[in-house]
This record gives sequence, C-alpha cells and structure tokens, in this order.
Amino acid sequence: MSTQTPVLATEHLKKIYGKGESIFTALESINIEIKKGESIAILGKSGSGKSTLMHILALLDTPTEGVVSVDGTDASKLSVKKLDILRNKQFGFVFQQFFLNANQTVLENVILPLKIAGVSAKERTKRGMEVLKSVELEEKAQNKANDLSGGQKQRVVIARALVNEPQVIFADEPTGNLDSVTGAAIQKMLFTLNKERGITLIIVTHDHELAAKCDRLLEIHDGTLVKGA
Amino acid sequence: MKLTDILKTASENIWQSKLRTFLTIIAIFIGAFTLTLTTGIGAGISQYIDGQVSSIGAKNVLLISGKAQSSTTTGNSTDPQKYDPNKLTSAQRQGPPGDTVVLLTDTDIQKLKSVPGIVDVRPQQSVSPSYILGPSGQKYILSVSEYIDGTNVAMNSGVIPSNTATTTQIAVPYNYSSVLGFASYADAVGKTVTIGISDANGLISEVSATITGVPQKSLIGSAGASINTELFNKLYAIQSVGLSANSLNKFNGAIAHFDASYTDAQITDLKSRLDKDGYTGETYADRIATVKQVISAIVIVFDAFAVIALLAASFGVINTLLMSVQERTKEIGLMKAMGMGRSQIFFLFSSEAVLLGFWGSFLGVLAAMGVGQIINRVATHGFLKDFEGLHLLAFPITNVLYIIIGIMFIAFLAGTLPARRASGLNPIDALRYE
Repeated sequence: MSTQTPVLATEHLKKIYGKGESIFTALESINIEIKKGESIAILGKSGSGKSTLMHILALLDTPTEGVVSVDGTDASKLSVKKLDILRNKQFGFVFQQFFLNANQTVLENVILPLKIAGVSAKERTKRGMEVLKSVELEEKAQNKANDLSGGQKQRVVIARALVNEPQVIFADEPTGNLDSVTGAAIQKMLFTLNKERGITLIIVTHDHELAAKCDRLLEIHDGTLVKGA
Repeated sequence: MKLTDILKTASENIWQSKLRTFLTIIAIFIGAFTLTLTTGIGAGISQYIDGQVSSIGAKNVLLISGKAQSSTTTGNSTDPQKYDPNKLTSAQRQGPPGDTVVLLTDTDIQKLKSVPGIVDVRPQQSVSPSYILGPSGQKYILSVSEYIDGTNVAMNSGVIPSNTATTTQIAVPYNYSSVLGFASYADAVGKTVTIGISDANGLISEVSATITGVPQKSLIGSAGASINTELFNKLYAIQSVGLSANSLNKFNGAIAHFDASYTDAQITDLKSRLDKDGYTGETYADRIATVKQVISAIVIVFDAFAVIALLAASFGVINTLLMSVQERTKEIGLMKAMGMGRSQIFFLFSSEAVLLGFWGSFLGVLAAMGVGQIINRVATHGFLKDFEGLHLLAFPITNVLYIIIGIMFIAFLAGTLPARRASGLNPIDALRYE
C-alpha cells in the first residue's frame, strides 16, 4: 500500500483569509496523504478549519501556500477547465443541506452531474435509474424532490454523488440534519460504498461517534492538525 | 453540458417563476408589438409608393429642365441668382417658391439629342383643354397629359391609350366615369367623349376621343386623364393657333429616354454630364425620393418610441434575471462544484434572457401581424377605399426576422449583467449562503 500514489495529498498547506489587521489563518502547515479506498473523518469544532480543509481537498478553494495533489498531480498546475472536469468525474459531494432542486424530479436531480458532463439523455436516464436502485429509491424517480422525507432526500443526494462513479466522495455533516435511525442508515450506506466499491470517503463532522467508524481520523483544532497526520 | 441541454434547462428555468416570467415577457411583447406595427406602416407605405413609382414612370425616362443658376454663380444655391440675358426664364413660376424655371428651346432639344446615352428627346409640351363632355351632357374641367411609353398604370377597367394608334384615345380618371354619364368603369370603355379646347384667340374647338380605359386612383400619379399622341397632337395644334413661332419654341422641359441597360452608376454619370451642360435630369425615382424621405422620417420617429419601450423592457429582463440568480445561488454553486464551467453558467443565464426576448418578440410580432390584418381590412373598406392596392401595413418576412433577432440580441445584452454575476459566484460562498 505504501508504494501506491495517494489519491489526495497536501504539503505544507496554509490558508489565510483577509489582510493586515483582520488577517486570519484558517489552516497552518497541513500535511496529509489519503490513499485510495480509505475512509477518513475530518473532525473538529465549528470554526476549526475542517470545512476549509475539505474545500481545498475538493479543489473548490485554493490554498494560500502549499500544494494539493490529486493522483500525484499538482492541482495548481491544472487549468480551470481541467479542474472542472476532474471534480465532475472524480468527486462526489454529499451535503448536510442536500441542495436538491425542489421543482425537479428525483431522477432529474440525480442526473445533474451527468448533464454537466455532457452525457446523452438516454444514457443519463439509464445510469440515473441504476443508481437510484442502489439507494432503493427507484419508485420515487418521477416524484418531486420536495415530496421526500429527510432520509430519502439524503439518499437522493448520495445517488447524485455516485452517478458519475467517482473515486472520492466528500460528505459534509452527512447525518447532521437527520434523526439517529435515518442517520445510521445513511452512515451504513456510505461505508458500504466505501468497502464494496472502494470509493474513498472523506467525511467532515463534529460527531465523534461517526468519526470513530472511519479508517482514520484527522482531528483539526484552530487550523492545525492535532491528531492523525 | 451539451448545447441542447443548456437551452432545455434555460427554458425550464424561466418557467419556474411563471408570473415573473410572464410579466417580463409582456413588457417585451409591448415593445415588439409597437415596433412591428410602426415598421409595418413604413413598409406598407413604401411598398405602395414603389408600386406607384413604377406606375407613373418608366425606369429609363429622364425629365430634363434647364438649370436656373448660371455656371459663374458661386456660393449657396439658394442665394439670389444673377440675371443672365442669355438664359430664358419663364414668366410664371412653375417650380416651388424660390425656383425659377429656365425654358428650353429647339436648340436645347437638338443639343440634348447629341448627349451620349440619350436615345430620344421630346420637348415637354402641355395642352390645357377647357372641358370634357360625356353622355350626361354636363361639361367638366379636365387636365390631360400625354401617356409616356413604358409607364405602368393600374387600371380599373380597359387599357391605357396607345401612342401608335391613329385614332384619338383617352383614359379618363376613375372619378369622371360616373359624372360623364357611364354606369360603370367597364361601361365607359369604348365610348366616345368630346374635349373642348380654346386657341390663343379664345375660340373653342371640339375633338372627340374614344375611352380606352379607366385607371385606378393613385396617391402620387397624375390626377388628370392620359391621352395618346394622336389626340395630344390634335389638341396641341388647336391650342397653338394664333401663337407666334417664338412662343411655340419655348418648352418647360424635355422628356428623354435613355439606354434601358444603364446601371445606377451610369445614370448618375449621365445626370452629371447633363448638369455640366446646364440641364437638370431627374428620373421618376428621384422625384419620389423626397416623399419617401418624409415618410421614412415619420416612421423613424414612431420606431424610436417602440425602441424606448424595448429599453424599458430590457431593464425588466435584467431585474428578472438578477432575482433569479439571487434565488438560485445555491443551485449555481452546486453546479459549479460539480464541474460546470463559468462560461457554461454564463451561457445558461444568457440563454434564459434570450428566451425571454424570443417569446416576448415572437408573440408581439404575431399579435401585431394579426392586428395589422384587421386594420388593413378595415382601412381598405373604409378610409383607404379609393387607394387600390394600398395595404396600410405590410410585414415582409425579413423585417419580422430582424425585429425578433434584434430583440433577442437586446435581451442577450440585458442578460449579460445577471449572467456575469451568476458565472462569477464562488461555489463555496454560494453553498454556504443561507
């Protein structure tokens, strides 16, 4: 395993917000390596910098200093277009607030990444239905996203994250909005994907119980890694 | 994202807020409707005028007159001109106030005949009959002019007089038909009328002529009767009795036919050559140009109002889309996180603007064309009844397409501001946005 190129790695990562008096260091000298198929929890209190770290790892944000590499490639060397394609093909996102389009059907929401990728309508529907089947929501495909329960919505979000067959799924407080029973089901689903399909899972959470279920724990406090580097 | 998917998504998006979209489309609709109607009037009238131009004059005819100003004159042409005893001027003013008409003589006619490009020249002579008399027994005043070969005249009935005919022929104006005592236009054709004309001594002689047809009412053509050469010559002979040879040798102008194959550039050249020789040559199209200019100026003013309405509508488009960007901040952030590029987001929102423009203009143009049909129908049976062939409004397909494309372009410009705002959103900020 040690010879394998890490799917995501950072070197001396630093993120500073603001200038002069109001300067704020969100992240300081973060060095991490995430191997393919790992499940990682980024644990920290709110304001600790865990979300910033996830955004930088997901290439949604750029570090002030340091390097992020994806499969050994320095992300700062990639064009904006390449980054867009990389996020579209390799990453899946699961958010606490779902971010589903309430007016569209479940299927339409799920196939959004494929639509962005330029996949044909026929292929989109086929793959969308397959992935909805895997989260056991194929009967709800034509329902409006708004008509679903919280747990169902989060399953739609997972289906959407999966539809592009990504290498990495980023989950930001995936169970934060759910009751404990539903939350447990969603957790189980995420870990199953991690184990069975080898998808690298990066979960941002302040929930110690959820973090403990991951292969590795990165605890972050005031912008520095205190555990798990 | 594929082009068709972007357009489809844009189309779905604009209908997510139905009332707002509907109101924005109404604003564009009003602008498009007005613009289509005003340009429709312009097109309708100019189509009619073009038709009239071809009816009053053959294309290869030049109306030649003497130039008022002498070649030594400098300065503005509206300045008073110096008297030149070598140039004949008409006693009565024939042109607009300020113009002095220079009369032509046989010498001028001979000179004009030698100008390259000119095929034939005839002095412009006029006859002024005293009256026309029909079966009704009542005499009416009438002005006549000789039919110029090559002129198209739209007829109510019958045909135009023939200049090669050896009999006297006349086409009486449509409004003379019934007062002369004919039951209908068709009834008048083939009948005989009597024309009275006085000589220089005041003695009236009568000439009879056969009616060959009744022309339609024309907006800018001559209001008098067209007569053939045979009738003209007879009337002219009577009118000339008692006039001195000197006064017979003075013409207001000349009518020349030039080479029919001449291009516009060659016609311009011919006119400038005539100008150098001291003559002014005008085609019928030149004469009508002023009328067209006035009409297009009026239409431009109307169009300006419509464009103002469209400008107001474009702010509606900006507003609608800005609200839409605001509402869909998270959606935009999500799409960007999922790898949708800036340019694609920009394109998506511009497409929404262009679609608003399309629906507004398409419906506006359609409604204007419908209303135009109704107006045309009412007008041709009402106040424009006598103007055969005049459709107040015309909608050539090119005009309609220009309007739709133009409005879509305006909408696109209006959409660039919201679209730029959307494409510039930072996905992280957008997703955090509550």
